[in-house]
Amino acid sequence: MAEPVAEPVLEVRDLVKHFPVTRGVLFKRTIGRVRAVDGVSFTLGAGETLGVVGESGCGKSTLAQVLMRLEPPTSGEAYFEGRPMFPMRGAELRELRRNMQIVLQDPYTSLNPRMTVGDIVGEPFEIHPEVAPRGSRAGRVRELLDVVGLNPEHINRYPHQFSGGQRQRIGIARALALRPKVIVCDEPVSALDVSIQAQVMNLLGELQSEFGLAYVFIAHDLSVVRHLSDRVAVMYLGKIVEIGTEEQIYEHPTHPYTQALLSAVPVADPALRGQRDVIRLTGDVPSPIDPPSGCRFRTRCWKAQDVCATEEPALVERGLPFDHPSACHFAEERSVVP
Amino acid sequence: MTALLEVEDLHVEFRTRDGVAHVLNGVTYHVQAGETLAVLGESGSGKSVTAQAVMGILDTPPAFVTGGSVRFRGEELLTATPQRRREVRAEGIAMIFQDALSALNPVFTVGFQIEEQLRLRRGMSRRDARKRAVELLDLVRIPHAAQRVRDYPHQFSGGMRQRAMIAMSLALDPEVLIADEPTTALDVTVQAQIMDLLAELQRERRMALVLITHDLGVVAEVADRIAVMYAGRIVEHSDALSLFRAPGHPYTEALLRSLPHLESKGTKLETIKGLPPSLLRIPPGCPFHPRCPRAEQVCSLEVPPQVPLGSGRTSACHFALEVVGRG
Repeated sequence: MAEPVAEPVLEVRDLVKHFPVTRGVLFKRTIGRVRAVDGVSFTLGAGETLGVVGESGCGKSTLAQVLMRLEPPTSGEAYFEGRPMFPMRGAELRELRRNMQIVLQDPYTSLNPRMTVGDIVGEPFEIHPEVAPRGSRAGRVRELLDVVGLNPEHINRYPHQFSGGQRQRIGIARALALRPKVIVCDEPVSALDVSIQAQVMNLLGELQSEFGLAYVFIAHDLSVVRHLSDRVAVMYLGKIVEIGTEEQIYEHPTHPYTQALLSAVPVADPALRGQRDVIRLTGDVPSPIDPPSGCRFRTRCWKAQDVCATEEPALVERGLPFDHPSACHFAEERSVVP
Repeated sequence: MTALLEVEDLHVEFRTRDGVAHVLNGVTYHVQAGETLAVLGESGSGKSVTAQAVMGILDTPPAFVTGGSVRFRGEELLTATPQRRREVRAEGIAMIFQDALSALNPVFTVGFQIEEQLRLRRGMSRRDARKRAVELLDLVRIPHAAQRVRDYPHQFSGGMRQRAMIAMSLALDPEVLIADEPTTALDVTVQAQIMDLLAELQRERRMALVLITHDLGVVAEVADRIAVMYAGRIVEHSDALSLFRAPGHPYTEALLRSLPHLESKGTKLETIKGLPPSLLRIPPGCPFHPRCPRAEQVCSLEVPPQVPLGSGRTSACHFALEVVGRG
């Protein structure tokens, strides 16, 4: 399962999303561009989970929005089961939307407080009546609530009557309603307490094996991503800097940013205090409006040389013994996870 | 050695329209100079309310302290005059908050907000206060402190705001620093910088640090001792090493097991069934018993005592000795 499957369900090539920065009220002038996503490529096999990790502002949520066609891309292509996604219109686009759903981070703002749970989970059927004829909808909604571990009797309750973890289950039930092939999960457990987080992660795992779902799993919590992902992409300032199987990324990271990110995660074992290889980055992530030339990580990198400022490192395999792509001129393995 | 800050059997309730919420039900902890006490708990466990009661910054109403004691260097604070409490807040115990943007005043420069306390409390001149503010910003490693001192909070990044707030809290050399989820809003690489900074400042100044957090990883890296809170009670109190090696309370045990780790890959995580109780209706007996895998009849009838587990550890569980023995 770790290898990319021959027939990918989703393929993304050189995806770019820039947002204009404007000044002026009446006469808006564009004075710059936020390079939120700046050339991202990956494939997602059927039934596979691709984890996307990175810090705030690295473009992972913008990536999710462009994939869901909530934002138009600036350039680049994406293919769903071999068909180009971005030119789709009308009936074809509706079918795409049926096959790709999203679960959002904040279970408090992503559910309409004036709608009952039944209305929320059943709303997709209004747009896609072919999936469930009118008469069978209430039954389907009850089934869905049951699948995600909610009491089907609660179909007439409102979101505020549920806890955070239960609300996230409602969001998952809504995403499942149309039996999609791909679910984009944008920080689905970040807002939840540890004990509730485990419940929702288990649910996502169960649903994947039951319905053969493919996940794009976006999160900033590296241990959560590791638990659920087959492959992992590490993003920094709009670009993927390293991509590989979960084991390649966590056990054999070769990009300095991946190594720094992994080493910064606190480990829940006081016995390892002072025993770990700790890499401390200085400063903050540069602004995506004016990213550094060449390698974008060079301003915080301890390996940076002149070449890093002039030549952008490509995301390619860096020759043996490295078996996965890494966007660093000086890629070398360094084990940072105990 | 006497403790710098002692909280004893603290009770706080919130009188709301829906009834009385028992937010703290007998919280006891203490912290000594140079020591880091981590207060660990999930949302609603009362960890922040305890800190606010210590600082005397609870909103009354709805919050009322209904019992217990808070002592700083042996002096009772709950009955102290407002003026005395203000003095202690200024010079004795300082606090930093999770959300630095809303804790800083947006209409004054960062420098002004640091200088204000120096001028008021220390009677410094504007010029001396500015000099000291730059030193403090430098101390928390804000680059180009001499220029940045004139910036407003919105001109700072998230990590820098948190540093500025730390600088502000250190201005009057407090003996105790309470940090309420200081890194929760930050990215991991920045979180690591801030935790290193806090640890270093604490070592140098021999400050007592009360670190409030929900993150077991952060706790494992910095805490000397840990107090685990659940439903307004401290359910386990232990040194860090022993707690992670052999938890003494079923709740701590379940929390540790629900974390994803290397061997959990591809398997189901262990979960804690159900939800934390509503503070309006805390279950009788042990508040954790409806979710506890080893609950027996006694658990729903009697509130468990703090069972000593040796070397200062305690656990509020009827079966504490068996739980810790299993580790």
